[in-house]
Formats: sequence, C-alpha cells, structure tokens
Amino acid sequence: MRMPADLGEKPGSSNLRRSLDRDLTRQIDILDEKSAPRIIHSGEDILVEHLPAGTRVIYPNPPMQPLANPRAAVRYALTHPENSEPLYALLKPGMKLTIAVDDISLPLPMMKTPDIRQSILEHVLELAADNGVDDIEIIIAVSLHRHMHSWEVKRMVGERIFNAYWPKKLYNHDAEDRENIVSLGQTELKEEVALNRRAVESDLLIYVNINLVPMDGGNKSVAVGLSSYESIRAHHNSHTMVRCHSYMDPARSALASSCDRMGAIVHSQLKIFQIETCLNNDFYGDSPLKFLGKREDELTRVERTALDATVWSLNKMPREAKRKLFHSIPANYGLVAVNAGETNAVHARTLDTNFAQYNVPVRGQADVLVCGVPFISPYNANSILNPILVQVMGLGYFFNMYVGKPLIKKGGVLILTYPLTDEFNATHHPSYIEFFHRLLPESNDAAALEKKYEEEFARNPAYIDMYRFGNAYHGVHPFYMWYWGEAGRQHVGKTIIVGSQTESVPRLLGWDSAPDLTTALEMARDFTSPNPQITMMHHPPIVIAQTE
Amino acid sequence: MGRVAAFFDVDGTLVKTNVIHSYAYTAFNLPSLADRFTRALRLAAALPIYGLVENINRKTFNDLFYKNYEGISEDRLIALGEEFFENVLRRALYPRARSLIQRGKEQGIHQVMVTGALDFTMAPLARYLGMDLMKANELEYRDGFAVGTVKRPLLAGPTKAHWIRQYAQENDIDLDRSFAYADSYSDYPMLSLVGRPCAVNPEMKLRSAARAFDWPIMNLA
Repeated sequence: MRMPADLGEKPGSSNLRRSLDRDLTRQIDILDEKSAPRIIHSGEDILVEHLPAGTRVIYPNPPMQPLANPRAAVRYALTHPENSEPLYALLKPGMKLTIAVDDISLPLPMMKTPDIRQSILEHVLELAADNGVDDIEIIIAVSLHRHMHSWEVKRMVGERIFNAYWPKKLYNHDAEDRENIVSLGQTELKEEVALNRRAVESDLLIYVNINLVPMDGGNKSVAVGLSSYESIRAHHNSHTMVRCHSYMDPARSALASSCDRMGAIVHSQLKIFQIETCLNNDFYGDSPLKFLGKREDELTRVERTALDATVWSLNKMPREAKRKLFHSIPANYGLVAVNAGETNAVHARTLDTNFAQYNVPVRGQADVLVCGVPFISPYNANSILNPILVQVMGLGYFFNMYVGKPLIKKGGVLILTYPLTDEFNATHHPSYIEFFHRLLPESNDAAALEKKYEEEFARNPAYIDMYRFGNAYHGVHPFYMWYWGEAGRQHVGKTIIVGSQTESVPRLLGWDSAPDLTTALEMARDFTSPNPQITMMHHPPIVIAQTE
Repeated sequence: MGRVAAFFDVDGTLVKTNVIHSYAYTAFNLPSLADRFTRALRLAAALPIYGLVENINRKTFNDLFYKNYEGISEDRLIALGEEFFENVLRRALYPRARSLIQRGKEQGIHQVMVTGALDFTMAPLARYLGMDLMKANELEYRDGFAVGTVKRPLLAGPTKAHWIRQYAQENDIDLDRSFAYADSYSDYPMLSLVGRPCAVNPEMKLRSAARAFDWPIMNLA
C-alpha cells in the first residue's frame, strides 16, 4: 500500500531498508595503543578508562531519522491499520471503550514532552468523541509494577487529559483487585489467563504501546499489562526465563511464546486495536551531555574538556543530587514508526523497526564483556537503582542484548561498573529489601527461592496493600528480577563489579568485586585466559548484538 | 518450622481512636448525671498532663489514665464497650484494615491483636475483624466495680514484646517469619521482635526509625 506523497513511505519499512543498507562494520571499533579512553557509565558517575589494545567496542547505531510529521503518521496509522478496519469504523455511539497505555517503565529515561502516549491519546479521544463514544476509561497497564504517581501520569498524558479523566476514568491497573480481575480460561499448556474486568467487558480495547526494545509489545502488552499475579506467574518463573535465547529475540523466547498462547485466548474473547510506536535511540539530542554519545576518538578538544569537567563535577556532587539531576533530564527520542491494527500484524512491523534501530552485527563471542550500568532501569524511574536492579541490568538486560548467540562465551566473565550500595527506596521497593537481606544470604538459586518463598512474598498482605494503595512494586517483583537474571547467571563463569561501595553487597549477589577496571580485567584474565577477547558494549543508548 | 502470626497494635494502627476516646465515651454515657459531669471535668483538666506523660512513658500514662475507671461497674463497662464499638470504633476503623487481616487469614497467618487498650472496648472489634486472639489490658474489679488499676503486667511498649515472645514460644510461632503492625514508636520493641515489621500510619519518630531500618511503611489512614 502506498501512502500519500507528503507522508513518505509507511513508517517502519523505509527505516528497515536504510538500516540494512548501512555499512555493517561501522559500529565496531577495535582499540589500539593510541585509542582514546572510553566513556563508561557507572550509575550516576562517568568513568573514562583506557581499555587494552585489541578490545572490541560495540557502539549503538546512529538514531534513525524521526518522522517529519508524527501527528500525521499517527492519524495515518489509525485510518490505515494492519488487518483491521480503520479505528473510526470500530467506534460506535453508546459503546464501552477502554484505552490501555504502557506505564512509566517505558521509555528510559522519560521522553521529552509531549510524550508519544499523549499525542496518541489525543487523537484517539478526539476520534471517539467525533463518533459519539462517551463511555471511555484509560487504564495504565502497570501489571505488577508500581502504581504511577499522579504527577507522573500528568506528565505522561498531558494536563488536558489528566484534568478531564484522572482519577475516576484514568487510573492504574490493580492486579490484586479480585472483584475486577476476570479469568478468561487457560492455554493448552494450562497457563491461566486473567484480565482487568473493565477491559474484558468493553466493546473495544485500544492498547497504546511504546516498543522500546523487541521484548516489549505484541501479545505481552495486554496479557501481562492488564493481568494478575496468578496469570503472570505462568511465564514469569525461573523455568521459563532460562529458556529465552534471548528476551530480545521473540522468536526464540519462551516468554514471548507463552504471551502468544495467552494472546490467542485474549483475542478470542476481546476486540483489541493495538497501536505500537517505535522511538529512535536519540538519547542525548542537543543536550549539554551530547558528547557522551560520540565516539571517543572523534571528540573535539572542547568536548574533551567538557567531558573532564563533567566527570570532575559528578565526583564532587552528592549522590542524591546526581540522581535527581539525571532523572530530571528527558531523552530526546523521536518517533520513527507507528503501526496500528491487529496485534500480531502490527507487532511484526514494530519488530522490524526495533531490530533496524538496535541490531549491530557482531562476529564471534567475547571471553570478557564489559558493560557500564547507567543510573536507570525499567524499574527505577524517579527512584533508586538498588542492588537487585543492578543485578537485573547486568545479568538480565545486558546479557540478553543479543540475537543469535550470547555476546559472551559460556563461562566467560561479565564486568559491570556501578557504585553498588545497599540503598533501597522503601516506598517503591519494600519487598526487595526483605528479598535482599533475608533470602539472598540463604541462597541465590532462582528455582530454590521460587519454590520456597515466592508465594509467601506474593501473598504478603502488607505488600499487597502497599502495591494497591501506595506506590510499591508487587511483593513478588524482586523474584521476577532474580529469575530475569538467571539465564545470565547460569551462562557466565564470573561476574565482577567495579566500584562497589561495600564488600557485602557483591558477595550477596554472588559477584566478585574490583576497585577499578584494570584490576577487574586482571581478574578476568586469571579466570579465562592470559589473552582473552574483550568486548565492551557502549551503552546507553540501546544496542543489541546480532552475534554470529 | 513454626506457624506464622501477625501481631497488630490497634489505636492509630487499625483505628483512628485512642484510649482517651473510649474513656470519654464511657464517662459521657454513665447513668448518673453528676457522675458524668464530674468525670468529664476531671478528664478535661487532666488532658495536658496525659499528653505530657504519654510522651515520656507509655506505661506510666496507662497506669495514670486507667485510674479514671475507678467505681464503674463491670457489667456497665461491657455494655458500653459494645456500644462504643457500634457508635465509634466501627466508623473509626481504617477502611483497608479489614482486608489486610482477611488477606492474612487466607494465607493461614494467625491474627493476633495486642493492645494497651482495655479488653471490653476491644473485644467487639476483635470479633468484627476476625482476629484469632485478642490480648488487651484488663481492669481489676472488686465486688463487680473497677478499682482503677490494671492487671499486671500492664501491656504497653516493651511488655507487649515480652508477651509476644512468650506467646510465640508456647504456641510454636516462628517470629522470624511473623508480622507486626504498629503506628507508634512506643511499639518499637514489638516491631523489632519479628522478621516482618511494618510501620502503619507512623508518627514521626517511628517513621524515621522505619526509614533507618528499611522497614515497610504502610498508610491505612
């Protein structure tokens, strides 16, 4: 199908082609003795470190060109959907309409305003009003994540929608509100499927997604985002998580397969119109920190001075102040694709765009993989990256940032940089604290912890209350973070954390600790070989290794 | 492995009342008008002293305060306890308190109310909430009339913790896996006794202690 000339090609397809045409080796630098030191994130700090000659540094692809007219692209997607009638044709006077939106875990960090969810909601609500639909509720599909604070919701949907709908008609999904969770049955593998009652009883459910990485979206949006613990435990478990190769490759992910089976049940009973968006990886934009996104060897003298000044300033600032500063800087992400219609058809197009933006072909696995852990993960927006979340960033996300083979060899060494402490946010992560101090001293075996303690945490009345009426992650959530890291834990031979502020925290995580990167690399050589292949993933922004 | 229990303080934790409310209700509902007047006046005059003493020592406050009940008949107090629940406590109950207890019962957690309030004011509430056990202070009576003293040991602060430890030993309760819920720093001993303490609607001192120890902070109010 051709789009009108003023809009260019259908979002997604041209970007994919552009990406495939790109020089596929451009994103990898092999360092030599003269190479400049590399910029490595370490929480709210930045390290500038020389890496040994021969180290392979994998850089993210450059940001795709954002769509010139995002509003027009959204309008076009709604009126020219995949495998579906146009949205206006699905809207009828007197109908019950529910719109679900992704929560604050996406994108990371938060995007500059207007958030893409606001732009889409404005279109959809306008279209609904034009078609006489007035029974509308907007549900934030938090799943078992924390409920969003009202000020976060306001930023996400914009003041106009917030004032008109919050809190009666715009609210956080409550996975523990038994009255309002409906069972839809079981899949052929006896996976329980349960969803938010309002969504189930609506004539039409519209889901508005941000597909930051390939594991987002598709059937996972509704089947997880609007579901309950009883349903989510079917795939968020230690057994399923270790059968994902990787999370970022849905075709080889047991998690994605489970969501697809659930999605089939959901689609047999609900009418769903899925709207998926893809952002580019323009993390820094024109911000004063944009030099952090450049290749180190290409930095100008002025940029080098700015880098030194930034590192110096960050070293002098209290950690809390740095955290506030970083969380307050929005990313410059631009919309590169919007697709709407039937979930599976939409998601296939979305994945094409995600892969085109993030995948970097890489030949050969590494003995030693170096990853800088930044200040943010999907689970600590406006909060603290506690040790369990650092664990999930390293062994869950970074390890899984591959398509094909893991970037790191079986038994290899993963080096992470992060100033680990035992600091937690008691409002957002209360059950994490108990998990960390009470369970990890006993075991770090995901299956053993799951069997012995998961149910106890998930049913803890205090944690349930804090999830439902406060802003706490569900009591079970730290278990999921630990399962999420299990495949990585089983795969790597050793994890070394550089810059930990305490000795006890790495020990509890089952990690070794090194005061600096040079020492960590020495330890890695002792463990692997005297001349290991060292690779560094240069993120943020996101990069996925397409490893041969 | 022993059983798991949840120990609840009441005043300020599950309900937004305190022992003064229950006495005031009693005083204002006595049959004799003169008695009502005298007791109300005495209560009003003593309130600043109670406030001062409570901040210094919860146990001394209880000792001092329960003297007010002297001379009231036991059957009258029991009847007023039921009325107090219907007219005051039920409405003062934090809306989510009942579901918190219900969820715990579903998990097979033994639900125990441990309060420094008087038993006749707490019994109807414990029944309503479906508590498995209630431990409260009891007045001493002579010839059916309160003498103004409380049976020893008086349940407050550290003695609550002491009672819980003893009860756990005698009833195969695993304190390391058990819960405690309280709003006041005076219940710090009780909270620190269990593996799963929870500060509920905490006053400032308990809130800062909970923050320091990374205890969960819940808001039922």
